[in-house]
Amino acid sequence: MPPSFPVVSWSAVAPQVIVLGVGCLLLLFDLVPPRGRKAHLGVIGLFGLLAALGGSLLLWGEDTRAFREMIALDRFALFFNVIFCVATALVLMLSMDSLPRRGAERGEYYALVLFAVLGMMLMASGTDLIVIFLGLELMSLCLYVLAGFLYRQALRSSESALKYFLLGAFATGFFLYGIALIYGATGSTNLEKVSRLLAQAGPGRDPMLFIGFGLLLVGFGFKTASVPFHMWVPDVYQGAPTAVTALIATASKAAAFAGLLRVLLGAIGPDWRGLLWGLAFLTMTVGNVVAIAQGNLKRMLAYSSVAHAGYMLVALVTASPEGAAGILFYLLVYTFANVGAFGAILLLERGGEEAVEIADYAGLGSRHPALALCLTLFMLSLIGIPPLGGFMGKFYIFAAAIRGGYVWLAILGVLNSVVASYYYLRLIVYMYMREPEGATVERLPSFPAATALAIALWGTIQLGLYPAPIFELARSAVLPLFR
Amino acid sequence: MRVGLLTLVTFVPALGAVLLVCLPRRRDGLLRAVAFGVATLDFLLSLALYFRFNPGNPGMQFVERARWMPGFGVSYVLGIDGISLLLVLLATLLTALALLSAWTAIRDRLKEFLVTVLLLETGMLGVFVALDLFLFYIFWEAMLIPMYFLIGVWGGERKIYAAIKFVLYTMTGSVLMLLAILALYFHHGGQTGQYTFDLLTLQQTTLPPRTQVWLFLAFALAFAIKVPMVPFHTWLPDAHVEAPTAGSVLLAGVLLKMGTYGFLRFCLPLFPHASIQFTPVIAWLAIIGIIYGAWVAMVQPDLKKLVAYSSVSHLGFVMLGLFALNLQGIEGGLLQMVNHGLSTGALFLLVGMIYERRHTRLIEEFGGLWRVLPVFSSLFLVVTLSSIGLPGLNGFVGEFLILVGIFQVKILWAVLATSGIIFAAVYMLWMYQRAIFGPIRHDANRFLTDLSFREVAVLAPIIVLIVWIGVYPKPFLSVTEASVSALVNQVQAKIAQAR
Repeated sequence: MPPSFPVVSWSAVAPQVIVLGVGCLLLLFDLVPPRGRKAHLGVIGLFGLLAALGGSLLLWGEDTRAFREMIALDRFALFFNVIFCVATALVLMLSMDSLPRRGAERGEYYALVLFAVLGMMLMASGTDLIVIFLGLELMSLCLYVLAGFLYRQALRSSESALKYFLLGAFATGFFLYGIALIYGATGSTNLEKVSRLLAQAGPGRDPMLFIGFGLLLVGFGFKTASVPFHMWVPDVYQGAPTAVTALIATASKAAAFAGLLRVLLGAIGPDWRGLLWGLAFLTMTVGNVVAIAQGNLKRMLAYSSVAHAGYMLVALVTASPEGAAGILFYLLVYTFANVGAFGAILLLERGGEEAVEIADYAGLGSRHPALALCLTLFMLSLIGIPPLGGFMGKFYIFAAAIRGGYVWLAILGVLNSVVASYYYLRLIVYMYMREPEGATVERLPSFPAATALAIALWGTIQLGLYPAPIFELARSAVLPLFR
Repeated sequence: MRVGLLTLVTFVPALGAVLLVCLPRRRDGLLRAVAFGVATLDFLLSLALYFRFNPGNPGMQFVERARWMPGFGVSYVLGIDGISLLLVLLATLLTALALLSAWTAIRDRLKEFLVTVLLLETGMLGVFVALDLFLFYIFWEAMLIPMYFLIGVWGGERKIYAAIKFVLYTMTGSVLMLLAILALYFHHGGQTGQYTFDLLTLQQTTLPPRTQVWLFLAFALAFAIKVPMVPFHTWLPDAHVEAPTAGSVLLAGVLLKMGTYGFLRFCLPLFPHASIQFTPVIAWLAIIGIIYGAWVAMVQPDLKKLVAYSSVSHLGFVMLGLFALNLQGIEGGLLQMVNHGLSTGALFLLVGMIYERRHTRLIEEFGGLWRVLPVFSSLFLVVTLSSIGLPGLNGFVGEFLILVGIFQVKILWAVLATSGIIFAAVYMLWMYQRAIFGPIRHDANRFLTDLSFREVAVLAPIIVLIVWIGVYPKPFLSVTEASVSALVNQVQAKIAQAR
């Protein structure tokens, strides 16, 4: 009797396979000469991501399940693959020159980044709680290491990694416990089965299921940086190498939202709305209000990223296709603007240190007009000023909220964006309206980073002026979740 | 897509801004000339609008349509009628004059300044010509940023405070308006199945009274902050005083009109019921604004602050006229918008000119200027009298029409509003007397040079218009009449229909 091999549908995981392969390749290349110079690894990683991006685009329109219904290859996963690849490619471009300058270039960096992307992709494509958990862990473990990558140069980096790890481990514990309870209640970890059983049993009736989902929400709340699970955010963002911060703030947040959407939209009942409503409101408000008080730009962006998670939760509350599509679109514009902002920080140096205090930016407008203009546009996009991408993102989200009848949440949301405009504009105040004091800010020459900024700027403007095609894609991407 | 005249008028300044960015930084003269040239070209283009405008047609003219986001019902729709035509002309004229007035005043970061002013012009024009609510909102919000930079970068001592206050106030109102726009959109879509932001289509919707009230309030808050109506006016003195002269001129001359224009273009036709319902509230707030603005203006030691508070008072008049909801009131309000743009714009220009010479704006620092600066003083006199509303000058015509309009509605309001004219005479003439007449009290004033040719050239067009509108307002009123009476009929019909 011939041995039977399980059928592996490789095509369903093609982007993941590419990323995994390139990641392993990077580990291998790290060992061969030339030693000491690692820039080529970054280039290889970049090409790997572009290949995965291209693969995802080519696969657009596919809708298959594989690995015993544990992995889905649908538009939802592919859309997120695009976000991950774009964000990570930009981050790699930012890292190429900045890592050696900080004396922290080791080959593992690029491999870890790619493995993190693999984890994110698994989260977006998993249709089984276990796969989502595996993806989450793979991504998180890589990010913990990456956050501490400057451990020799800066104590803060170690602190960042340790905090991220400890709190992350807690969140993982909650997450896993949640899965266990759900499994106990339903006998399955498959999302479709779980949501079917949930619908039959009536939402929220079974306390075990309720608590299980609550614990999952805690885990996702941690990864999406939602209040009250946001405590790690400022320290981790501040201490991690800036490129890694950009990765944590954009791609990993996107991955967490991907998982959240997959898990919750199928299983969410009306009794979750109230809880999510409160979560969204708190996340927006706390993030924005605390961001006002920050003098450190990275911390400010950290709290602002909390607030942005809040806006996306507003759309999640509606549990409608428009809202979910709004989240996807928002994640994309948010990625461009945030990677751009962190990229600009990374390019500026004052007295040999990265310029992270807002006061360092005084007079930037006349000293480095192009960079200041880029940063200004990113800030304006984050506020949501038309005609930039951020405005369209907010527009879609609040449109979904109004349509769903969540008028008060929408009102609180837009008022929050007024509060947010205060601290974003404060950076602009420093750049254009105050005179510099002390040592001057230098701009580091870096071609890849400048290219990354240009791409981010293009994305920000393009998505603002002509958002319709991408939004339509997002709309078709969320349809698999509403079957 | 064929580029129409309105698109051209709206985007020529933005193109000019792009051109300026490409020019070398050091060539100051060239930069100034190009910017002024672009603004003048735009003014000439808008004059073409005036001459090709058909005053007999009450509807939208020069309409342009293009698809933008078909999935969401957003399109690019531009058009003007008698209500917006004069405001477009006002915006193009004042921008050109503001650029000319800043010829010597702005030396720091000149290129950025010129780019900002031109971008602001595109934003302002877009607000007046957009007929798609989404497009309108984009212009409305985008225009904030250039103004923010104008105040914040080239402003006075407290510029940062003033700039941020301006943005926060305006944004608070406008984000709520965005939600109201969305609510209107979904309501209309739910009713008719046609999801669109097109203003002319949305005007056909009939909203239930309760919804109307909420949406009206959201729109009205955004516009009331912009006008500004008491009690949302506190950003205005700061912003006006700290802004550079060109910024103050555009702020007072054009930006404030966006608020009153918004009431006229959006609140009245979209929410006629709520408008009627809230007329007493708005009228009383307007009257409070008229009197309060005048009283506060009276005691200002600073010329620019005085002019700023006088704006609160004048805009109260405009609002009162609009909410008389009859032909005379609205036409008067519309004309008064233009008048205020001209006379207050000119006042800010004059204050800027004297500030450039003396580096102070305190009234007590002046006195006896009549002897040293005869040209300045006489032009100042004309503008002062226009602002008071002297018969024969433009202010009188507008105020008179407004009073005729409001008198038909409620006599008490007309009586109270009239007192505002008297107060205006008090604070303006008293200011003029202290600053211009009397002996020369400060030696620094003894050797001031009178206005240069350029400065006279800045003021001359405004003075001509002030006299022209005052003596023969027909060409200005006739273009507005058809559209305004159509608007009044539309509002009345909707109310009658609902009853």
